[in-house]
Amino acid sequence: MTRKLGYREAMREAMHEALASDPRVFLMGEDVGRYGGTYAFSKGFLDEFGPERIRDTPLSELAFVGAGIGAALGGLRPIVEVMTVNFSLLALDQIVNTAALYRHMSGGQFSVPLVIRMATGAGRQVAAQHSHSLEGWYAHIPGIKVLAPATVEDARGMLAPALADPDPVVIFEHAGLFNLEGEVPDDCTVDIAGAKVRRGGTAVSIITYGGSLPKALAAAETLAAEGVDAEVVDLRVLRPLDTATIVASVAKCRRAVIVDEGWRSGSLAAEVMARIMENAFFELDAPVARVCSEEVPIPYARHLEEAALPQPEKIVAAVKGLFA
Amino acid sequence: MSAQVAQVELAPPPSGPVPYPREFSIQLLTDMVRIRRLEEKCAELYGAGKIRGFLHLYIGEEAVAAGALPALAPGDNVVATYREHGHALVRGMSMNAIMAEMYGKREGCARGRGGSMHLFDSATRLYGGNAIVGGGLPLATGLALAARMQHEDRVTACFFGDGAVAEGAFHESLNLAALWKLPVLFCCENNLYGMGTAIERAESQTDLCAKARSYDMPALSADGMDIVSAYETTKEAVAMIGQGPVFVEYRTYRYRAHSMFDAELYRQKAEVEEWKTRGPIHTFTARLKAEGKLTEEEFLALDARAAAEVAAAVAFAEAGTWEPVEDLLKDVHTP
Ligand SMILES: Cc1ncc(C[n+]2csc(CCOP(=O)(O)OP(=O)(O)O)c2C)c(N)n1
Ligand SMILES: [Mg+2]
Repeated sequence: MTRKLGYREAMREAMHEALASDPRVFLMGEDVGRYGGTYAFSKGFLDEFGPERIRDTPLSELAFVGAGIGAALGGLRPIVEVMTVNFSLLALDQIVNTAALYRHMSGGQFSVPLVIRMATGAGRQVAAQHSHSLEGWYAHIPGIKVLAPATVEDARGMLAPALADPDPVVIFEHAGLFNLEGEVPDDCTVDIAGAKVRRGGTAVSIITYGGSLPKALAAAETLAAEGVDAEVVDLRVLRPLDTATIVASVAKCRRAVIVDEGWRSGSLAAEVMARIMENAFFELDAPVARVCSEEVPIPYARHLEEAALPQPEKIVAAVKGLFA
Repeated sequence: MSAQVAQVELAPPPSGPVPYPREFSIQLLTDMVRIRRLEEKCAELYGAGKIRGFLHLYIGEEAVAAGALPALAPGDNVVATYREHGHALVRGMSMNAIMAEMYGKREGCARGRGGSMHLFDSATRLYGGNAIVGGGLPLATGLALAARMQHEDRVTACFFGDGAVAEGAFHESLNLAALWKLPVLFCCENNLYGMGTAIERAESQTDLCAKARSYDMPALSADGMDIVSAYETTKEAVAMIGQGPVFVEYRTYRYRAHSMFDAELYRQKAEVEEWKTRGPIHTFTARLKAEGKLTEEEFLALDARAAAEVAAAVAFAEAGTWEPVEDLLKDVHTP
């Protein structure tokens, strides 16, 4: 059986389930309590679970992310909500220098079972300081897992395995997806092990993640109407990357376009491309193409912002370029 | 550039009665001597190329760790910095495990992955060995939060230097811990310098207790060269923890260079010499002798035992093995 669910409600249900089923789980972050969550993901939680487990924090990203790490070391299972990836830069030290390193640096003595959630991405005309897509930075760091739920099912299902993971997991929720609706199975169990093919095809593999997934699917529809049968791969797990699924899709389609809202230079798209070169070079009928954000601070004005970001039309054009 | 001299009025050397039974007094002294002997050997081994990387010696500051840590209970948590050999040792880690770690051997506490700056010990609840200045404070705040939420009667002692006080992590953590009334003991080892920067060149307000009090937490100042003051002040602070965090400043001094790469251009030799008159080991030894709690023979014997412990640790580290390179990636994630 399936049911219709929105992305926000899916996130809310996932957190609710975690809080209700495990007393070690608590939620901490800016305005998660009285305000009900910046994006209303935790509306009503304060009344239901109380201020000990739904903790409004001061504007201290470094301290409350670090406190989440300490609380995880101390036996709890914190969900730390950082309002957006843009502000996570103030907490980067704790994530990179503590959470990611502690297990290895301590010779296996201390694991950090922490989940950090944050909104990411552009597309809402909130200008340069609120529009970053830095998933690729985080995916660079050994010691953390990086997830990008791009469907309602993943929004509903990824939190539970993330909390069950004994190591730090960072979840990026693209703000452009929050109004997404979808059918989810009643038992919404998903893995956080690898990528998924969201649309089967044979002519070109479009590989993407997060907020770009709906754009890639829209591009695939357009291409289908023109007789190009595109496959769409949703990476889902940005670290560790699922090389096998990427390579299988590319080997089948023999052409690939990578769509990434991060900037092109040093991007996650570059990493995917490198893996294709390493593992599927001789399967290719054309050079691999990329659709990334333009290398510019994301502007406010709608037409400029749209021009700066990956769009279905750009993806269609990139695919056609491979057949030219 | 002329050398900067820290503008502090030097108190007279620690003196006066030692209010403890003989056995405990000698334990305090022994721990200071063990740290001193261990680190003198470390400096030597560094010169010999046996220990590499960064090595930060605690020599001169021993009374802080050796005085503060006995005031804690075994179930308490400890978070320390990269200058933490003394803390690890007094907390109960074996000298063998410390030395082997500095050698980079598999028998080290972190199997050679951490080295001098990253001593960890789950058995004694030592959560590092953190080499990011201020990095331990948010972590300690979270450990205390976990203790509070799980109704565990546990204090988290967090050691950091005067330099860390300028970091945002200090201010964010003190605020959060005070706001949530968490059982954190903020232990500031004020040795008057952060690398080459004297405290008055880094802080608009050099009264560090005043900073802590501004976050509405009690703040105590101890003479970090006097183990009696360090122990008593820490004990008093631990007793106050029930109502929330407490800040303790230990006024101390580092005799050696910041690390092994430091020409010490920022202070005068005379200043170091002056502070040596307040040395934690010789002043405490003299007090114990004056009270008849220690004889010269007993001192020599405990010193010899410490030296023997160090020699055994070196032999242990020398005989240690290297972690197989095949295990390089082990423990990036929990299996
Ligand atoms: C965030 C950060 N900045 C700079 C450094 C380099 N550094 C290492 S120790 C140190 C001085 C710290 O002084 P203090 O906190 O007083 O501790 P002390 O070394 O005196 O014990 C500096 C600047 C660092 N490790 N971390
Ligand atoms: Mg200092």
